[in-house]
Amino acid sequence: MTPTLSLKELTKAYPGVVACEAISLDLMPGEIHAVLGENGAGKSTLMKMIYGLVQSDQGAMTLNGTAFAPASPKSARSSGISMVFQHFSLFEAMSVAENIALGLDKAMSIGDLVPLIRNVSEAYGLEIKPEQRIAALSAGARQRVEIIRCLLQSPNILILDEPTSVLAPQEVDRLFTILRQLRDEGKSILYISHKLEEIRTLCDRATILRGGKVVDRVTPKNQSAAALAEMMIGARHSSAKRGQAQYGKVLLKVQNLSYKPSDPSEIGLSNVSFSVRAGEILGVAGIAGNGQDMLFSALSGEVRSTSRSIMFNGDPIGQSGVRGRRKAGILAAAEERLGHAAVPDMSLTENAELTKNRSRGRGFLNWSMARGFAKEIIETFRVATPSERTAASALSGGNLQKFVIGRELQQNPTLFVVNQPTWGVDAAAAASIRSAILRLAASGNAVVAISQDLDELFEIADRIAVLAQGQISAPMDAAQATPAKIGILMAGQAA
Amino acid sequence: MDWGSLSIIGMLASLIAASTPILLAALGEAVVERAGVLNLGVEGMMIIGAVAGFSAAVTTGSPWLGFLAGMGGGMALAVVFAVLTQGFLTNHVATGLALTLFGLGLSAMVGQSYVGQKPPRMPDINFGALSELPFLGRVLFSHDLIVYLGILLTILIWVFFRYVRAGLILRAVGENHDAAHGLGYRVILTRVAAILFGGAMAGLGGAYLSLARVPQWTEGMTAGSGWIALAIVVFASWRPERVLVGAYLFGGITILQLNLQAAGMTLSPAYLSMTPYLVTIIVLVLITRSRLSRSSQAPASLGRIFYAPR
Amino acid sequence: MIKIVKRPEPSSLAALMAPIIAIGITLIGCALLFLLLGKDPFTSVKALFWDPLFDPQIASFSRPQLLVKAAPIILIALGLSVGFQAGIWNIGAEGQYITGAIAATAVGLAFWGSDSIWVFPIMGLAGVLGGVAYAMVPAILRVQFGANEILVSLMLVYVAINLLAAMVTGPMKNPLAFGFPETRSFRDFPAAYNTEILDNSGLHYGVIATLLIVAIAYIVQTRHLFGFQVRVMGLAPKAARLSGVIPERMVVICFAISGGLAGLAGFFEVTGPAGKLTTEFGSGYGFTAIIVAFLGRLNPLGIVLAGLVLALTIIGGEIAQLTLNIPAAAVLVIQGMVLFFLLAADLFVRYRIKLSSKVAA
Repeated sequence: MTPTLSLKELTKAYPGVVACEAISLDLMPGEIHAVLGENGAGKSTLMKMIYGLVQSDQGAMTLNGTAFAPASPKSARSSGISMVFQHFSLFEAMSVAENIALGLDKAMSIGDLVPLIRNVSEAYGLEIKPEQRIAALSAGARQRVEIIRCLLQSPNILILDEPTSVLAPQEVDRLFTILRQLRDEGKSILYISHKLEEIRTLCDRATILRGGKVVDRVTPKNQSAAALAEMMIGARHSSAKRGQAQYGKVLLKVQNLSYKPSDPSEIGLSNVSFSVRAGEILGVAGIAGNGQDMLFSALSGEVRSTSRSIMFNGDPIGQSGVRGRRKAGILAAAEERLGHAAVPDMSLTENAELTKNRSRGRGFLNWSMARGFAKEIIETFRVATPSERTAASALSGGNLQKFVIGRELQQNPTLFVVNQPTWGVDAAAAASIRSAILRLAASGNAVVAISQDLDELFEIADRIAVLAQGQISAPMDAAQATPAKIGILMAGQAA
Repeated sequence: MDWGSLSIIGMLASLIAASTPILLAALGEAVVERAGVLNLGVEGMMIIGAVAGFSAAVTTGSPWLGFLAGMGGGMALAVVFAVLTQGFLTNHVATGLALTLFGLGLSAMVGQSYVGQKPPRMPDINFGALSELPFLGRVLFSHDLIVYLGILLTILIWVFFRYVRAGLILRAVGENHDAAHGLGYRVILTRVAAILFGGAMAGLGGAYLSLARVPQWTEGMTAGSGWIALAIVVFASWRPERVLVGAYLFGGITILQLNLQAAGMTLSPAYLSMTPYLVTIIVLVLITRSRLSRSSQAPASLGRIFYAPR
Repeated sequence: MIKIVKRPEPSSLAALMAPIIAIGITLIGCALLFLLLGKDPFTSVKALFWDPLFDPQIASFSRPQLLVKAAPIILIALGLSVGFQAGIWNIGAEGQYITGAIAATAVGLAFWGSDSIWVFPIMGLAGVLGGVAYAMVPAILRVQFGANEILVSLMLVYVAINLLAAMVTGPMKNPLAFGFPETRSFRDFPAAYNTEILDNSGLHYGVIATLLIVAIAYIVQTRHLFGFQVRVMGLAPKAARLSGVIPERMVVICFAISGGLAGLAGFFEVTGPAGKLTTEFGSGYGFTAIIVAFLGRLNPLGIVLAGLVLALTIIGGEIAQLTLNIPAAAVLVIQGMVLFFLLAADLFVRYRIKLSSKVAA
């Protein structure tokens, strides 16, 4: 049987890094083929080459046996290749039908398109209303829009880039059903992910990438998750271990915290209540966009709330701002590294100064002290950087994350609030960040860790609560929590 | 003062004509901003259009060639803006300001020798019996071709945004340029086309000012019309039909205050001359304040610089 | 095939070179422009940039003018640069300059004839407050209602020009001016006159105040938390918020600083070089200052240099208008060009150009 798509020795280099090096891969008709690798392993670049977004430096592709070199996504689509992006390529202010029309290469009036959308959505059980605005849709619904957009092109090859990262477990099951149905119709699916369990349940074959190269090709069903992980990561990283926790008094008590966002399409917070004790790590699970950012800002002090809705050490602090809270010992590390936690165009020294506690000097800055502080963070947290003068934007994701988390931990927070502590970070950096958070809790401080990554929460949290649709569930002991229990809560009342 | 000298019919008729320069410029800018580009150089493009149109019309004796030249002049300045913002990835705000200063200066230099001259007159359109209608005849059927062109363009742009695929693509580019690029649309090309269209429209508006409204050339004669056009685009929530409403509103205020001045109102004329600008501010505030639904928000990529590594 | 490639971090060398290159290319652009106008390019450029400083006949008159013209521009640009760094666009400094002058004049006229040494400082305070109050309109409208500060502050320039006209033809009109629209001249009111300290130097109190404020601005920008927060706000507003900046407060402060300094400049101008208010008082310094702020890289020392360069073009423009019959508006064209070329040259701060032999598919 000829492969639908065959890649031969594809290579793509960017200044300073070879993203893909001589990658070969055969995609057969009627198979779901996983491309497995860590962040930065070259998966995304590989897909962009197939989809015509970037051109390879060397190597060649064949499609059904004939040479294939797409110059643009348009030519890839006309050859029967469709792609569902990791960060959805949808237009928020436009309707579902308009979004789908934009994804089609032949011009079609919205009126003609609506019945077609209905047909496809019925055939595959993809519920969607064509006239709805994207901004009002959940992540799962948005993904369904993307998939319908692809299916209307009747593609032979469907590429999915990290499709489950924003989905609740139940939505993942629905997606898998659809993908299997497509495979059984004889279509080929390239499935990019770093999630081992789902690759084992869904995919027929897997190509494993590490550092831009193919390191192995396996049948995932025959491999254990641990074995796959080892192939993907290379050396094993010592997993952080939770010791026997000693809890002190309640440090943070949140009571009926509500927040109504100015943008009505965003989810706020409604009557959120929980408490965290000294020495404890509270994990807040849930899919991003369910009030996570709001909760983070409410705790960090970026957004103020009613005075008694947040009590710290017995004091009402809802009305105090960022600086007041930092003085009290509440430090926060934001999710978005470039732009929120750090200023991309500023040096590490300046970024160290950004949230450094200042008590003396009448507002005058001491740059040599800031430099010393930056060096201290770099050394303590093993941040790989040429120097403390380097701009934050020049660091890799993992190293910058270590820096911004380290900056707060180095100041000994009594309460540490962190949003997505290891999002998009390589395994080694993630392990070191998690152990640092565990150490902080072990020395008697409290942590609120907001994370989409359930595995991470099971690894570090003492108790886990779920934030869905702006409401928080009662925290459960991590020892008693299971993915299934949390999944039900995560789906909440969501569409 | 003499209230009797104020004629409602006369004011309605002249507000439609007075709104036309701002309407044309604002329609163009609405298209530009829908594509995600913030061109603050409208004032500069308008005044270049005014001087280019005026000089061409005086030289050739044809007002129509004048309007074409006005469009060309506005477009020429828009080319500079397009090259800088799309090619050199410059900040839209700063580039637009530079464009306005440059346009004001250049127009004054070019226009020096045209001060005091009279442009050729535009022929009236013969509406026959229609213009004899009481009230409506004066208000609706007493204008020149450009006034009707402005209304026609409003409708065409409305159709373009709503029913034409190119309009859908243009809106997509302005809404999320990365996603549009990901789908294979030519972001830069779309934006350059929009910027040039905006330049031509601003130039046409300027030419109408110097050839029909005033009609003569004086230095700095746009007197903030370009900025008012920018405010109207915000007021109109980037929709052509509302741009028309906004332009007529401001045209109305301008005409009203001019008529009050002429009628000899006791207030200093300087205070009356402020009103169009003050009303612009007030309306801008009221509109921004009442904006609740997402549908009336600015294009999400407005003013953001697009860069795609290949 | 030309490719634009992003640099891993901004190049400080390119940032330093860009203004110099921009001025260089502008000189060439000027020469071309004059060639098109049928003037001798060399003489014209020389008249604009060289003669005001070194021509034996002109320089004695024009050299002191350099400080006179540069001081208000630099003062306004210093204020604007704070907001521009924070991403807050006050485009209406011209209006704040005018209202500052009106407020100072009102106080001066109220104390007409007094010989108290307090008259001058109180007028200065009134000038600052006049500018601040006028700048508060766009600031508060933005903070409270989200109204676009660019458009509001600019509209207010036209309002201020009309207000000025209303004042000099109405309540502030000089009763002895035979119907001319102007106020009494502060030259006739020694306690309120901003006199030239050294004869034929152009040095007046405004120049000294400007130098003092340059020094303060430099220290605040490099050594003080406020300057740091302003930069963070401009580069990454969310990071600024996380570090404790309250954005709404920042908008108000930045507008207050730029409005206050513009008002101060208006005060020094009306009590000194201008001497009185006329309808022509707004001479475009508020707009020139925008260009000076950018050309000076939003850095106080850079702004001093850029202010001197642009003041030179203004004086050169006036001279060229008399001697070579070059229209006065040529100066605006030059200013626009400088900013065009500067913005274009800035591409190389963040990106570099790669020439590749391979033609993209």
